[in-house]
Amino acid sequence: MSPTPLLQVEHVTMRFGGLFAVNDLSFTARPRQITAIIGPNGAGKTTLFNCITGFYKPQVGRITLHQDQGPVYLERLDDFDIAKKARVGRTFQNIRLFARMSVLENLIVAQHNALMRASVFSLAGLLGLARYSKAEKLGTDKARYWLNKVGLLHLADEDAGSLPYGSQRRLEIARAMCIDPLLLCLDEPAAGLNPRESQELNTLLTGIRDEHGIGLLLIEHDMSVVMGISDWVVVLDYGRKIAAGNPAEIRADEAVIRAYLGEPDEAEA
Amino acid sequence: MEYFLQQLINGLTLGAIYGLIAIGYTMVYGIIRMINFAHGEIYMLGAFISLIAFLTATTIGGTSVALGLILALVSTMILTALWGWAVERVAYRPLRNAPKLAPLISAIGMSIVLQNFSQLSQGARVKPLPPLFKGGIEILRGDSFTVSLSYLQMVIIALTVLLMAVFTWVITRTSLGRAQRATEQDMKMAALLGVNTDRIISATFVMGATLAAVAGLMVTLYYGVIDFYIGFLAGIKAFTAAVLGGIGSLPGAMLGGLLIGLIEAFWSGYFSIEYKDVAAFSILVLVLLFRPTGLLGRPEVEKI
Amino acid sequence: MAAVNLPRALRDGVLGAVVAAALALPMLGFRLVDSSQALTLGFRFDWVLWAALVVGIGRFLLSLSRDALPGRLPALALPNWGERFPKARLYLGWGLAGFAIVLPFLPFADRSLVDKATLVLIYVMLGWGLNIVVGLAGLLDLGFVAFYAVGAYSYALLATKLDLSFWLCLPLAGLFAAGFGVALGFPVLRLRGDYLAIVTLGFGEIVRVILQNWQDFTNGPAGISAIPRPTLFGLTFTANAPAGKTTFADYFGLEFSGDHRVIFLYFIILALALFTNLFTLRIRRLPIGRAWEALREDEIACRSLGLNPTTIKLSAFATGAMFAGFAGSFFATRQGFISPESFTFIESAVILAIVVLGGMGSQIGVVLAALLLVGLPEWFRELQQYRMLAFGGAMVLIMLWKPSGLLSHRAPTIRLGKEKAA
Repeated sequence: MSPTPLLQVEHVTMRFGGLFAVNDLSFTARPRQITAIIGPNGAGKTTLFNCITGFYKPQVGRITLHQDQGPVYLERLDDFDIAKKARVGRTFQNIRLFARMSVLENLIVAQHNALMRASVFSLAGLLGLARYSKAEKLGTDKARYWLNKVGLLHLADEDAGSLPYGSQRRLEIARAMCIDPLLLCLDEPAAGLNPRESQELNTLLTGIRDEHGIGLLLIEHDMSVVMGISDWVVVLDYGRKIAAGNPAEIRADEAVIRAYLGEPDEAEA
Repeated sequence: MEYFLQQLINGLTLGAIYGLIAIGYTMVYGIIRMINFAHGEIYMLGAFISLIAFLTATTIGGTSVALGLILALVSTMILTALWGWAVERVAYRPLRNAPKLAPLISAIGMSIVLQNFSQLSQGARVKPLPPLFKGGIEILRGDSFTVSLSYLQMVIIALTVLLMAVFTWVITRTSLGRAQRATEQDMKMAALLGVNTDRIISATFVMGATLAAVAGLMVTLYYGVIDFYIGFLAGIKAFTAAVLGGIGSLPGAMLGGLLIGLIEAFWSGYFSIEYKDVAAFSILVLVLLFRPTGLLGRPEVEKI
Repeated sequence: MAAVNLPRALRDGVLGAVVAAALALPMLGFRLVDSSQALTLGFRFDWVLWAALVVGIGRFLLSLSRDALPGRLPALALPNWGERFPKARLYLGWGLAGFAIVLPFLPFADRSLVDKATLVLIYVMLGWGLNIVVGLAGLLDLGFVAFYAVGAYSYALLATKLDLSFWLCLPLAGLFAAGFGVALGFPVLRLRGDYLAIVTLGFGEIVRVILQNWQDFTNGPAGISAIPRPTLFGLTFTANAPAGKTTFADYFGLEFSGDHRVIFLYFIILALALFTNLFTLRIRRLPIGRAWEALREDEIACRSLGLNPTTIKLSAFATGAMFAGFAGSFFATRQGFISPESFTFIESAVILAIVVLGGMGSQIGVVLAALLLVGLPEWFRELQQYRMLAFGGAMVLIMLWKPSGLLSHRAPTIRLGKEKAA
C-alpha cells in the first residue's frame, strides 16, 4: 500500500436541522484503489458524497485530497472548483445527463474548462482560428476513447436522454472521466443494471483503476460489485463509521451484520 | 408622528388589497408551479363586474346602497370565480404536461386577451364611481394634521381579516384543503390516492379568483375609478408580494402584500410618488438576495 | 376509429353555451356608459346569446372531432420537418436569407412592405438575442425590453448630446446594454427559475420608470426626438445635404427618393440580424455555447463537471443584452423619436412569445414566429382594436396546438458521424 492516502476525511459532520446525516466520520481512500462505502438506506452515504464534491458544506471536519502538488482542502472549495481544480469527478444516484444533448456533446461539455482555455474564452473559436479546431479535435478523440471504453461509440450522435438506463449509467461514468479526475466518486453505479451489465461494470471500473491509476470511491448496494472489485470497504450506519476493512474482513464483521440484519437480541425479544 | 400614522393606515389598506390578490398567485404557483399571469386580469374583471352588479342592483333593482353592495359582493365573487375557472380550463389544463414555459406564454396571451376584451366591451375610458362610504373617524388630531380612518378603510381591513380567517379554515380544516395541500406536495401521489387533481386545481383557481374579485370590489370603492388596465400593475405588485412573502406560502402572501402596500405608502409619503414602484421592486431584490425563498418560504433543499 | 358519441358532444355543447352565457352576462350583456352626470348602464343581451351560441357550437364540434379523429388533428397538421429532413432547415434558412436580401427590389415590394419587413426584422433580431438567454441557457427573462431600452437611449443620448455618429454608437450601445446585463445579472442570477422571472420583470419596469421620471437626462415621458439618421460612409439620405455633407442621391446621380432611406434602414437591420444569427450558430458550437445548453439541461451536473454556473449565466445574459442593445439603437435611429412608452412589459412578452412559439432554441422558429406574431398583424392594421385581442388569442392557441413550439427539433452541434468506426 502506498504511504500517502488520496482522500482523507477527518471528523466530518453534516447536520440537517437536528438530524446528523454524517456524524464525526473519518476514513481514508488510497490511490489506485476502489474504496466502497456501504451501509443501510439513510446511513448518510450520499450526503458524504455531497460533502466531498462540495454540494454540501459540512459543519465540522476536514476533507483533504492529496495531489502531487500538495494537499487540497475540499471543504473550502466551491463545488465546481472541486471538479475543476481538485479534479474530483462524480456521478449521481438519479442519473443527471444533459438529456436533450447528444452523447458526444455530453462528453465535450465535460471538457469545458480545457476547451475554454484552448479557445481563449471562445474568442479563438468565434474567429475560426485553427488553434480551437485542433483543441476540439483532441476533445473529440478523448470522447471517442471513452465512448469506446463504455461501448457507446455507435450511439455517439443520439440524444443522451433516449439511451436505455444501463447505457445512461455508463455514459455518466464516461462523462465524469472526461474531466481527467484523480478521484472518481460513483453513486450506486450498478443500481438498476441486470447481472450481465453489472458484470461489465465491474470490468469497466477495475479497468479505470488499473489502467488510469486513479482512485475510486463507490457507493453501492449490489454486494457482488462491492465484494468483487473493492480493495477497501467502509461501512456506515446512522452517519457513523461502524467498520472498515478489506471485503473479507467486512463479511465477517459482527457490527456490519447487526446493522444489516438488525440486533439479534432485539429480534428475539 | 401623525403623518406617519396616516401613511401606516393607508399602507395597510392598500396592502390588504394586494394581499388578497397575492393569495391567488401563491396558491396557483404552489400547486402547479406556474405564474398565472392572467390573475391580475381576473382582478380587473372583478372590479368591472362588481361595478356593473352594483349599478344593476341600485339603479334597476332599486335596492339601497348597502344591500346593493352585498348583492354586488356575492355576484361578483361567483361570476369572477367562473372566469377564473374558465381561464384555467381553456388555457392551462391542456398544457398540464407541456414544457414549462408553455403555460406561461399561454397565460400571458390570456392576459392580453382579457385586457383587450374588457377594453372592447366596456370602452377604454376610466369608469368613475362617486364615493359611497363617506366619513370616518378621527384617530388623532395633531397641530397641523389629523389622522383619520375612513369607514371604508375599516370595512376593507375587516373584510380582509374575515376572508383570511375563512380561508385559513378551508385550507387547514376541510377535506378540500387537505386534498389541496396533498396535491401541492406531490400531485402524482395524490392522484394515486384517489384525489381528483384536476378538480383540486380548478378549485384553487376558483378560490384565487374569488379573493381577487373581492379585491376588485374594494378597489372600485376605494379609488372610485377603474379601467381595463388596472390588472397589469396590480398583478405585478401582487406577484411581487407573493414572492416577497415566499411563494407558495399563504401567510407569506398576506405579509408580502402588507409590506408592499406599506412600502408604497411610505415611499410616496416621504420620498417621491414617482419612484414608489421602483422601491417595491428594489426591496424585493434585496430580500431575495438574503432569503432566496422569500420571507416565509420554506427553504428548498435541493435533492442531489 | 372510435364511434362518435353524439349525446356526449351535445352535452358538452350545451354546457359550454351555459358557461359562456354566464361569463358573457356581466361583461357583454351590460355596458358601462359614462355620461356627463354619472355612470349608467347600457344593455345588449343579444350579444350574450351570440356568445353562448358560438361557444356552444364550437364546443360541440370540438367534442365531435375528438371522437372522429383519435390521432388528434393538431399532430397531423405540421409534421416535425426538422426531424424528417435534416437538410430542410439549412435550405430553408438560406432560402429565407436570400429572399430577405432581394426583397426590396422585387416588383411588389413597395415602401410600406419594406417598412413592415424592417419591423419584423427588429423582432427577429430581438428574438434571436433572447433566444440565447431563454432558449439556450434556459434563463427565464421577462425584462428583456430593458436592454432594448438601454440600447435605444444610449444611441439617442450619445447622438443628440455628444453628436456621435450611428456607426460609432452602435457598438457602444451594445456594450452599455451588455454592461447592464452584467450589473443586473450579478446579484440575481443565482435565483432559480421563476424568482429570476419576477426580478427581471421588475428590473424592466424599473428601467421604464426611471426613463419616465429622470426628466433632466431622458426628457421624461416626452421622450427624445430629432435623433439623427444613419449615414452610408458619410452620405446622408435627406433631400438636401447638410453643410459639408453629400446626399446619397447626389453622389450616385439618382433622383432623390424617400424610399432610399427606407431600403437603407432595411439593409442595416438585415445585416444586424444576420450577424446575430451567424454569431449564435457559431457560438453554439463553441464551449461557451455548449455550456449554456448544458446549464439549461442540468445545472447540478454542470457543477459536478467544473462549470461555474454564475459566469456561464452571466455570459449568456450579457450576450443577449448586447444584441438587444444593438436592436435598440437601430430602433432609435429608425424612428427618429423614442419615449418610455415603447419599452413596456408587453414588448418583453412579445419577444418571449416569439422565442417560445418558435420552439426554444430554434433560429428559424424565431423567424416564423416573428412573421406570425408581428408581421401578420401589420396587415390588419385597419382592424386596429381587434388586433391585440387576436394577438393574445393567437399566443394561447399556438401554445395549445404546439406546446413545444413550431420547430422544436434540435440537431447536435458536433457529430462523430462516419468517424465512429475509426
